[in-house]
Amino acid sequence: MPAYLQLSQIGKTFTRGAATTEVLKEVSLDIAKGEYISIIGHSGCGKSTLLNIVAGLTPATTGGVILDDREVNSPGPDRAVVFQNHSLLPWLSVYDNVRLAVDKVFSGTRSRAERHAWTLHNLDLVQMGHAKDKRPAEISGGMKQRVGIARALAMEPKVLLLDEPFGALDALTRAHLQDSVMQIHASLGNTILMITHDVDEAVLLSDRIVMMTNGPSARIGEVLEVNLPRPRRRLELVANPTYLKAREAVLKFLHERHRFVEAA
Amino acid sequence: MSVTALKEAPQTPRRTPAEVVRLARPKTPVAARARAALHWFAVSVLPPLVVAALLLLLWELLCRGAGATLPPPSRIWADSKDLIVDPFFVAGPQDIGLGLRVLVSLQRVAVGFGLAAVVGVLLGALVGQSVWAMRGLDPIFQMLRTVPPLAWLPLALAAFRDSSPSAIFVIFITAIWPIIINTAVGIRNIPQDYRNVAQVLRLNPIEFFWKIMLPSAAPYIFTGLRIGIGLSWLAIVAAEMLTGGVGIGFFIWDAWNSSRLPDIIVALVYIGVVGFVLDRLVAAVGGFVTRGTAAS
Ligand SMILES: Nc1ncnc2c1ncn2[C@@H]1O[C@H](COP(=O)(O)OP(=O)(O)O)[C@@H](O)[C@H]1O
Ligand SMILES: [Mg+2]
Repeated sequence: MPAYLQLSQIGKTFTRGAATTEVLKEVSLDIAKGEYISIIGHSGCGKSTLLNIVAGLTPATTGGVILDDREVNSPGPDRAVVFQNHSLLPWLSVYDNVRLAVDKVFSGTRSRAERHAWTLHNLDLVQMGHAKDKRPAEISGGMKQRVGIARALAMEPKVLLLDEPFGALDALTRAHLQDSVMQIHASLGNTILMITHDVDEAVLLSDRIVMMTNGPSARIGEVLEVNLPRPRRRLELVANPTYLKAREAVLKFLHERHRFVEAA
Repeated sequence: MSVTALKEAPQTPRRTPAEVVRLARPKTPVAARARAALHWFAVSVLPPLVVAALLLLLWELLCRGAGATLPPPSRIWADSKDLIVDPFFVAGPQDIGLGLRVLVSLQRVAVGFGLAAVVGVLLGALVGQSVWAMRGLDPIFQMLRTVPPLAWLPLALAAFRDSSPSAIFVIFITAIWPIIINTAVGIRNIPQDYRNVAQVLRLNPIEFFWKIMLPSAAPYIFTGLRIGIGLSWLAIVAAEMLTGGVGIGFFIWDAWNSSRLPDIIVALVYIGVVGFVLDRLVAAVGGFVTRGTAAS
């Protein structure tokens, strides 16, 4: 498959005064259109840094990102980000948070009524239409994350970037949201790059799992294809041999070969 | 940069949807409201009234004697009753009620403070947003803000050659520093998350100012405005003593020159009450505008 999103030889070194830390080293990855990729690795290895480089929020020290045959190095709505802590603007209602993005991206191409309808459509997509007039402070963590996803989807991005989108949620809410995201991916065919540290989540959602080695100078250690047919249902997968094997492979990578060695 | 502010936790009235709970014998809303009002009266109104009454009594006892240099409350009431009971009388061009004088002073404060608010927020945004503007401007601001308000007056009189714009200028220059400094701190404290959102959406600088900066920094801006309005009120009274006119400040100076001590004390009470109301007014507007801002 031809690469739609291409990370090529990405390296990142942070400099703080005289101290420099090489966080990422020679990270290369080709992602096809419509693919769901998870990046998994221990905390602090540089996953967020990598995602921010793709988003254009952090400049890469070496290498670059090519999206749809164009190099990208500044942020833009073609790479919508769902941040770990939702990042909704607390002074705007749920509707206005999404509408802000819709107005910004489609002000030249769609009428006011169309933008209104599009905002509602995306809120319905994540089942948040009922709370459109609430403020972020008035809804639960899972609901905020849904709104964050709606805001990102509403921009019609070429790539959806998710930075541990379900990390702060309880297990049940997380499962609900994972199902929602799977449904949306199935019906819209988005290209998705998601960071996670949850092995089950990675296996359940992804076409491929990218496993990162521990930092400093983190690299891609291994890439695992998850050959499970879609739609996937979590209950049916519990005993599925392919699922279990993929799960084992990721666990082994994380806990045997690249054990987190903070205390050492 | 230092914050001169009383850092208040921004108030966020929670608007949780009310649950409907049916009680066996629901209380009538009227009775409940009357109880709440009574509670408010007992907690917020009664204590200051009692303390004020005690202080008046003490004052009366201390200043009653023959050797007292200041008039007791009973003499103030006897001498200045007209000023106390009718704030809005007009008995001649220079003989008007204190309420009208306060309005004249408030007008000057409104113009000077309004200008200071607009210019202060814009300059504060610049200083908070740009590292180089901060490096260049911050030390200058920090130095200028320590200049006492009245020290600007001769300069203003020389520049404007008129007392009224000079008084307004003094208000402006007094109120602007806390507004600039607090706005800058607020801008610098905008969470990186909001900046990231703005970047992903490609908001232009003007959109960023209106949609992210102002709402996000609003609690800080209102802290600055609140300090600013207090300082303005301090400065206008002093400035009017020197520039004349019909404001409340000049009234005090005039009363002093004609030895009407009771009038001065009545004017002081007016000034205190108006300053208190101004402070509460800005705080209330701030509370209303920033509802929801700090919560996440
Ligand atoms: N702005 C920065 N300046 C210096 N070091 C940073 C900066 N951002 C991240 N780092 C460092 O880079 C490493 C990777 O961070 P991050 O990408 O957030 O990890 P992860 O998301 O995988 O937990 C960490 O060790 C962190 O301390
Ligand atoms: Mg991270």
